[in-house]
Amino acid sequence: MAGESLTLIGFWGSPFALRVKWALELKGIRYQYVEEDLSNKSAMLLQYNPVYKKVPVLVHDGKPLAESLVILEYIDETWEQNPLLSHDPYEKAKARFWSRFVDEKCVPAVMATFSKGGEEQQKAAQEARENLKTLEGGIEGKRYFGGENIGFADIAIGWLGYWVRIVEEIVGINLIDKELMAKLDAWIDDFLELPVIKECMPPRDKLLNHNKAFHKLLTSSST
Amino acid sequence: MAKEYGEVQLFGVGGSPYARRVRIALEMKGVQYTYFEEDLRNKSDLLLKYNPVHKKVPVLVHNGKPLAESLVILEYIDDTWGNHPILPQQPYDRALAQFWSRFIDDKCLPAITKAAFTANKEERDNSAEESLEALQFLENELKHKFFGGETIGLVDIAAGFIAFWLPAIEEAVGLKLLSCEKFPKLHKWGQEFTNHPVVKENLPPRDKLVGFFKARYASITASK
Repeated sequence: MAGESLTLIGFWGSPFALRVKWALELKGIRYQYVEEDLSNKSAMLLQYNPVYKKVPVLVHDGKPLAESLVILEYIDETWEQNPLLSHDPYEKAKARFWSRFVDEKCVPAVMATFSKGGEEQQKAAQEARENLKTLEGGIEGKRYFGGENIGFADIAIGWLGYWVRIVEEIVGINLIDKELMAKLDAWIDDFLELPVIKECMPPRDKLLNHNKAFHKLLTSSST
Repeated sequence: MAKEYGEVQLFGVGGSPYARRVRIALEMKGVQYTYFEEDLRNKSDLLLKYNPVHKKVPVLVHNGKPLAESLVILEYIDDTWGNHPILPQQPYDRALAQFWSRFIDDKCLPAITKAAFTANKEERDNSAEESLEALQFLENELKHKFFGGETIGLVDIAAGFIAFWLPAIEEAVGLKLLSCEKFPKLHKWGQEFTNHPVVKENLPPRDKLVGFFKARYASITASK
């Protein structure tokens, strides 16, 4: 479309920016990517996302949007090829439900496991395991959350497995039990093997080191 | 006419702003439904069956298929019954509506709740500060009679807490956040919203709500 400009402001290590990248790549949408230095946020970011001051931000013809799940829905409605959400209202609602469940329940519990120590950490890990087990139920015996092909919820949630495995390595606590959460484990592997998905992922070593440094920062400030 | 809607059931609690959201949306669209009042201290088997993940209200069951989380339910209602839409047509405007309704749930409501119902004074003050910042964002965002324009939409329905529950909390705990000096537009909006014909019919009795919040405040401050 003539004169149309699309920019994604992100950070290489952000799973939320990664969601948006996946959606854009899956739909074959051309966009400009701007890497943000989160320790020194740009005036542009603060202007486009004054409420949260975070990445990702999508700017389409000068109009900014923040919050990755909101951005995903906007992308899906604006570029209709390779649809992410089902046309069926109930399936749509389930996809939204599970995506929010991850952000509101799984992520805080995993973050607490990552950043706390002692009993607090153990409690958080237990909660994280329970939430992950619950999440597995959302797959409902299908190949992906979206059914035979990946959909909105897969894009929204797929990064979680990658991150959780890194957290497990850094803190030495098992969260995704390969026996008790076999279906979830299989879905994670399946999803991360998909070509478009794999191509956008940050290199594991880079992410591991980045999170190791982050972990050191979080845990040393508590002593 | 009832056949058009299928079988619609709503599990809620009278005082819950989240359950009231769903009732407002259903009634705006003229959807026939059966309402079940839950006792949260003694949750029904049906509630636990229909919402095993969160075990909370509201839960909407449409032709036997359950849904939880009020904002998810509101969007489902709008996707299913097209009359009196609560979301805008244009993708960008829809995205903004989603953004602000989530902002209300993720930022506003938790900050307000903490500003009122935390034992620690420093935490209360910090949360009050956060609440004022959040309310300012909403004040700036309000450009018409309602967030939805001339008629109420998703953001208005989500913000119902601010229009009715917040003043009740303020009265119960002696807090002042939504002053008409600081937030003239939001204050006016609150009055317009609570006077809306559908909303008016769907608010819990104010004195009961104030009493509930007074009791909650007493238990928090007593446990110090």
